[in-house]
Amino acid sequence: MADGKVAVALTVNGERREALVEPRLLLSDFIRHVLRLTGTHVGCEHGVCGACTVLVDGAACRSCLLFAVQANGAEIVTVEGLAGPDGALAPLQQAFRDCHALQCGYCTPGFLISAHAFLRDTPDAAERSDAEIRSALSGNLCRCTGYQAIVKAVRQAAPAYREAGLEERR
Amino acid sequence: MTHVGSPLPRLEDARLLAGRGRFTDDVHPDGLLEAHVLRSPHGHARIARIDAAAARALPGVVAVFTFDDLVGVERQMPMILPDRRILHPKTQLLLAAEVVRYVGEPVAFVVAETRYLAEDAAELIEVAYEPLPAASALADAASPGGRPVHADVPDNVAGADEIGFGDAAAALAASPRRLRRRFDLARGHAQPLEPRATVARFDADTDLLTVWDTTQGPIPARAALAAMLGLGIDQVRVIAGDIGGGFGPKMVLYPEEVLVAHAAMRLGRPVKWVEDRMESFVATASEREQIHEVEVGFDEEGRLLGLVDHFWYETGAYIPYGLNTPFVTTMHLLGLYRVPALAVSFQAVFTNRMFVCPYRGAGRPYSAFVIERIMDLIARELGLEPAEVRRRNLIPPEAMPYRYPLTYWDGGPVEFDSGDYPGMLEEALARVGYREIRAAQAAARGEGRYVGVAAAAYCEITGIGPYEGTRVRVQPGGRITVATGVGSQGQGHHTTLAQIVADELGVAPERIEVTVGDTAQFDWGIGSFASRGAVTAGNAARIAARKVARQAREWASEMLEVDAGDLELAEGSVRLKGVPEVGVPLEEIARRADPARGRIGRDPETFRPGLEADGFFNPAQGTMGAGFHACAVEVDPSTGTVAILKYVVVHDCGTVINPLIVEGQVVGGAALGIGGAFYERVAYDEEAQLLTSTYMDYLIPTASEVPAIDVVHFESRSPHNPLGVKGVGEAGTLPVAPALVGAIEDALAPFGATFMTMPLAGPDAVRAAIRAACAARGEEGCRASGPV
Repeated sequence: MADGKVAVALTVNGERREALVEPRLLLSDFIRHVLRLTGTHVGCEHGVCGACTVLVDGAACRSCLLFAVQANGAEIVTVEGLAGPDGALAPLQQAFRDCHALQCGYCTPGFLISAHAFLRDTPDAAERSDAEIRSALSGNLCRCTGYQAIVKAVRQAAPAYREAGLEERR
Repeated sequence: MTHVGSPLPRLEDARLLAGRGRFTDDVHPDGLLEAHVLRSPHGHARIARIDAAAARALPGVVAVFTFDDLVGVERQMPMILPDRRILHPKTQLLLAAEVVRYVGEPVAFVVAETRYLAEDAAELIEVAYEPLPAASALADAASPGGRPVHADVPDNVAGADEIGFGDAAAALAASPRRLRRRFDLARGHAQPLEPRATVARFDADTDLLTVWDTTQGPIPARAALAAMLGLGIDQVRVIAGDIGGGFGPKMVLYPEEVLVAHAAMRLGRPVKWVEDRMESFVATASEREQIHEVEVGFDEEGRLLGLVDHFWYETGAYIPYGLNTPFVTTMHLLGLYRVPALAVSFQAVFTNRMFVCPYRGAGRPYSAFVIERIMDLIARELGLEPAEVRRRNLIPPEAMPYRYPLTYWDGGPVEFDSGDYPGMLEEALARVGYREIRAAQAAARGEGRYVGVAAAAYCEITGIGPYEGTRVRVQPGGRITVATGVGSQGQGHHTTLAQIVADELGVAPERIEVTVGDTAQFDWGIGSFASRGAVTAGNAARIAARKVARQAREWASEMLEVDAGDLELAEGSVRLKGVPEVGVPLEEIARRADPARGRIGRDPETFRPGLEADGFFNPAQGTMGAGFHACAVEVDPSTGTVAILKYVVVHDCGTVINPLIVEGQVVGGAALGIGGAFYERVAYDEEAQLLTSTYMDYLIPTASEVPAIDVVHFESRSPHNPLGVKGVGEAGTLPVAPALVGAIEDALAPFGATFMTMPLAGPDAVRAAIRAACAARGEEGCRASGPV
């Protein structure tokens, strides 16, 4: 502890990061302003809009509802961690582009992380109903698209996740 | 190949998807300070005293500004849209001095090393308020004896106007049938997901101020900032990079933008302010409230003979954005229908609430609600099909161009320039299954299922002037750049402008870099609002690109020693028609057009070096976008819940530049409309305290509330611009509420429930309407009557 600050060490997008932070620093602010990973966005700071969604130890979480110190030791994935190592868009990101599933792009990182977690955990997502896909996305607000294209994009990306899942189990 | 018309995936998407967008809060200059605004907790109060000593003493706090600390800056916010009809052009002060007039009005501006510290410090500022009676509700503020918001405006009337043609009173008196209704239309809020934000950096070595700003109008913002800060416009650069949604409120200039820039200049360090969500509810302009009292005359066939409307329009505590919105309401009040006489008047009324501004639709969702409800009421009165009443009143294609003797706010006429409105209505009815639903309705009711169907029309004067401009340049290295002052808040300008320019220059759109919203790249224009980007900037881009193409042909004709008329632009070169191997790449021409030495030999009157041109488009009048929404719903009368079974949009935006983007605009607009129709209502209590300041109180529809939306493009080219486009940005939002309400009423016809308010505000309102209808008939329970 120095100036009441606390040391945190965590992995973000596969990279080890350490910092001294105030206990009250939100994880969202830590990611954006300390780590300068500005792909994660802050929309409401009260846990409704989902723009700040990141993976914390694999689970899609709202980073505005966590303190950075709570993520000590955790493995975090942000939108910057979704693309391939060569920077190529992941199938989900490509599907968002193909389907025009983003307009202003502000809510998009949160949607990508939520959809990523859903598709990873739902191998048969392509066979699920629109209502189920919509329900899986209902923790994220979008003010531009009307959601239709996002639902379409998630459906389009589903086979790639299934194949990746099969690959992993082999 | 033509790129205009093709569903090209957007060129701006890759960086946004990779988390590499550059939104205002992503900008983080070295030495950055962060600010927080202390706001009024009262709707109306006198400030007796402000003591900021403890806040200033807090370590990490760099400055606390109150009104008295503002030196070297204009302290009165400007009128953005002055207007002769405004009786009292009230704007707020940069920071409140003696009186606060709405909850959220800025009182002090704290600058500290971090936002956390700035918020800590704000808590230490002591402000002694003496509460004053607050004018909260529009109806109360407008009535005699209402509480005045401004001491020198005892009746709260900020401005007024009367518009019309024909003798509407006589037309009503002579009408076989008449009908009178009041419509109460509540406040809504645009709520773009990105909060407002401003970052400013002043460079004392060059006297240049750079402002990153979440604005829809970077060029007007630059002018206003320069004027208030005492700088030349050449000393201010405003960058509106990626903007996370706008929908209207980011067109307004707010005190925070000026405060951030002023603080950066005073303190010699960059300053950032980012709004939090509660601040966006209290201190970002929301949408108007309106109360209409309408009377119409019609004949036994349901044809409208005259319409008289008086409405009250709530402007909030100040009126910086003028009377734009109520005026737009008046101009669209007749929808797509032929009406011989109109008399409409309105009063804009001050209340102790946040001031208002146009929000996607800008008064048209309300005009559409009024006229489309009137259509349904006439149908009910005469026992006709609502669709048939619309059919009988629609402006037919053979009457085009059809003009009302009205002058729009751009100075142009109110003209229905092209299109097939009856054809669109039939398409919408067919797609939604109107006849089938009607045929099955009685049987469904027999099974206790209440299904309804309706269609509603909208019109929108789009693409108005005064002008926008675009600069197209082929660089010597081969890069092709397009710059415009019309910023993007997600509408896809980077792609649509590239498509337009690509067609003219014969290159792939992917080769074209579009920059929007940076005054250092292009600094003529007004901004993104009123569904005008594609019409104004799109046509300006076409003009500029055609000039560049002509330059390229002229240079190539010299280089290839052939007639310019025999040359075409294709595949990145200017080449001989029919002999593609004889040609010269554009970048080579760009180098030739900007030689380091030698003789050019062109007419000095017209010569311009390089392959570069500016294009400006100043439309003589707007273009009329139009369409229909049709929907089928099922209502559960016992719970009041509404399920949207089908939703169809048939629309005409003229030439479709990119069907993916147009469909995205329409569907997204409809989703906003569904929020406005059902869920979203800005509520204040009687002391003007805001009750809806979180996403738990103000309900924005999620993916589960928005249905699938079927979009049909009816393309009829506008005759008023070379691309033939009509604006579409707001179209999707306009008739959602009347379409849904019409369908709900249709479903509940056996109960006779009616809805004259917007939004419905959820199932409880549906239940209340059923109960009211039953009570009006003197029935105890709420059993259905009529053809069950």
